[in-house]
Amino acid sequence: MVDPAAKFSIRAFHVHYGQFSALRDLNLEILANEIFTVIGPANSGKTTFLHSLNRLIDLVPVSRCRGEISLDGIDIRRGLEIEVLRRKVGIVFALPLPLPISIFENVVYGLRMQGIRDPRRLNEAVERSLRESYLWEEVKDRLRTPAMNLSGGQQQRLCMARILAGQPDVLLFDEPTSGLDPISTARIEETLLILKKKYTIVLVTNNVAQAARVGDRTAFFLMGDMIEVSDTGKMFTTPADQRTSDYITGKFG
Amino acid sequence: MKPRLAQKIAFAFLLLATLLVVLPVLVILLIIVAKGASAISWDFLFSMPRDGMTAGGIFPAILGTLYLVIGAIIFAVPLGVMAAVYLVEYSSDNWLSRLVKLSIVNLAGVPSVVYGLFGLGIFVTFFRFGASILSGSLTLGIMILPVIITSSREALESVPRHFRTVSLSLGASRWQTIRHSVLPHALPGILTGMILGLGRAAGETAPILFTVAAFYLPRLPQSVFDQTMALPYHLYVISTQVPGIAENVRYGTALVLLSLVLLLNLAAILIRSRFRRKKKW
Amino acid sequence: MRVRKLKEWLIEKSILLSGIFSVVFVVLIFLFLLREGLSLFRGESVIDFIFGKSWYPISDPPRFGILPLILGSLLVTLGAAAISVPIGIAAALYIAEVAPLRLREALKAGIELLAAIPSVVIGFIGLITLGPWIKNLFNIPTGLTALTGSVTLAFMAMPTIVSIAEDAITAVPRQYREAAIAMGATKWQTTWRIVARAARPGMLAAVMLGIGRVIGETMAVMMVTGNAAIIPTSFLQPVRTLTATIAAEMGESVQGGPHYAALFAIGIVLFVITFLINGVADLYLHRSRR
Repeated sequence: MVDPAAKFSIRAFHVHYGQFSALRDLNLEILANEIFTVIGPANSGKTTFLHSLNRLIDLVPVSRCRGEISLDGIDIRRGLEIEVLRRKVGIVFALPLPLPISIFENVVYGLRMQGIRDPRRLNEAVERSLRESYLWEEVKDRLRTPAMNLSGGQQQRLCMARILAGQPDVLLFDEPTSGLDPISTARIEETLLILKKKYTIVLVTNNVAQAARVGDRTAFFLMGDMIEVSDTGKMFTTPADQRTSDYITGKFG
Repeated sequence: MKPRLAQKIAFAFLLLATLLVVLPVLVILLIIVAKGASAISWDFLFSMPRDGMTAGGIFPAILGTLYLVIGAIIFAVPLGVMAAVYLVEYSSDNWLSRLVKLSIVNLAGVPSVVYGLFGLGIFVTFFRFGASILSGSLTLGIMILPVIITSSREALESVPRHFRTVSLSLGASRWQTIRHSVLPHALPGILTGMILGLGRAAGETAPILFTVAAFYLPRLPQSVFDQTMALPYHLYVISTQVPGIAENVRYGTALVLLSLVLLLNLAAILIRSRFRRKKKW
Repeated sequence: MRVRKLKEWLIEKSILLSGIFSVVFVVLIFLFLLREGLSLFRGESVIDFIFGKSWYPISDPPRFGILPLILGSLLVTLGAAAISVPIGIAAALYIAEVAPLRLREALKAGIELLAAIPSVVIGFIGLITLGPWIKNLFNIPTGLTALTGSVTLAFMAMPTIVSIAEDAITAVPRQYREAAIAMGATKWQTTWRIVARAARPGMLAAVMLGIGRVIGETMAVMMVTGNAAIIPTSFLQPVRTLTATIAAEMGESVQGGPHYAALFAIGIVLFVITFLINGVADLYLHRSRR
């Protein structure tokens, strides 16, 4: 039943905010080492979906979830401690949100919370993850300066390094380039294509072209329902559903 | 009447009212400084009173007030900050948090002399601490609790929501998030509240009347179970209870008390405005 | 890991406990006032206590009627309100609507300083400057009167009234002002007819909290009102308030005796009055925020 290549498998999953049904009967598999992109207009449930994967959804007091999500075959609600889940499934938010501490401390924040104090391990993790997010060369001489002094694109790559430091399995991206200029956006997209060799990536975007550029498979969400999921190439050439077609051709959005 | 003229007259009245509020403050300060400055000397600040308090210094009263205020802070700051953390970080909007908030409002409104009665009833009598620094500090501590909770709450609420989200998303537990990503950024605000609480505790008389304050003591307190003299009570005593004290000694005592309290408040205002300018989010 | 979980569990429980402590203290204050004060009513009826016209606590037999004290508090409070409410509201309007930004910050700092002056210092100044001045002005035997108390207390109520009313006025949405100005109203017409009206619940709360502060004020009022426990007939005679009675007499009373209990019973009355005032003011504040 469960595809052995599946990183996440999602079965009959629903989310309610109070009376409002934000996500309905979602059945989906996300495969290891793919870039899975999610597109859809505002209020389609795509951010709700993303936040369900690492249980950030629990921070919304009125939210209720039904159904099952498992990571590598383990139920994320029953089989994993929440802190462990969130280390395995890192998230980069729409806006770059560095904490108001130094670059170094931002990167090692998650490690410190695990109780890791050994300076050698911390230094190694900082260099490795900053290299992986292509920020190392730009900041290696000012690791102790405030992260807030970086440019927007640099801050967003710092946020990537911050989750990479914890050696996650899955990277979630919530419209990560919505606040960035085209050049910074291109750099982030290049980075995504390299990172997918090591990690599974789920990318929520309201930029249809971005999904077409980087996605291996794409899902289209609309008002809490997943309308369609298929290979990205197929979705953008021969969408199965009329609403998908209307959305990607810009008839609504 | 023409609207423009009406406006001019009305604004002139508003300005007059504002001056009526603010000018007396300046006048009070000026009078106290002008008439009290001549009494201030090393001897006045750092020696014991002599000759039925008509001569000598007010050292025991200054020291006593410091003891009381420090005791109150040791008790009230941890409790108040934790209560604020509860309200901002842990409670949702349920009956319990509403009850807690209502209680804080009421604690802030209880008359200071009723705190004195409470301290007498519970600490002096029930717990048998007697009239002592311990009883007085605890009473003052409970009295300044609302000040500390309220300002700590504001400080915690001013820390942006996303600091918490980011920290949790990086695998930090709830308490780690508060400890490492919320409290450090709320610290200046908490400090401001603490200093305001200090100022309040230093100036209050009624809560210490029956719980600790001594009219006159020939020696300094030796432990927290001793009584002590205190500045505000001493000012009350020498201005109403003891005849024949030189006017500049009275004004001098008022000046010392006022300086202590106003310096604390000034420090709080400075920290707050510095913090507001510095913060980047 | 296990140890850390346990530590965090302990911390979170103590945080919850600290939150509840505020409630506990309010309850404890009330309980201890009752514990020490209720014994009075074994020998005295509540009616005689509240409406009794004479307070002779150390005569034989003692009389514990607090009507003179209630009227003393009421008179001083009314006087203070009559002075501080109009001035305080006007000052709040000036600070919030008229004053330029720099001046506004300076004025607000001044108000904060006034709030910070210890009541015993204000009492001292009232005693030593205002008292003699009132004595000469009205040519009366003593300057320590209800009027002196009212003026002194008006200053102590002012910071509360000004700062809370100012908050309420500032919280009035900008669109109200813009709409009024756009329709050709002058700034004053806007301030008076639109802004002041919209801020009314908050101003009411400000007034109530100011009055709450005056009723509970102890040291200053004890120093300047002359302390005569008689039913007052004019502003120019000495009075004694509920608070001053407790502060002045507790030292002379015998612990556990009827006088001691009577002073705690006055504490109960004060607690109930301020509890009600603060509760209602809080309701108005929440209404004005909505």
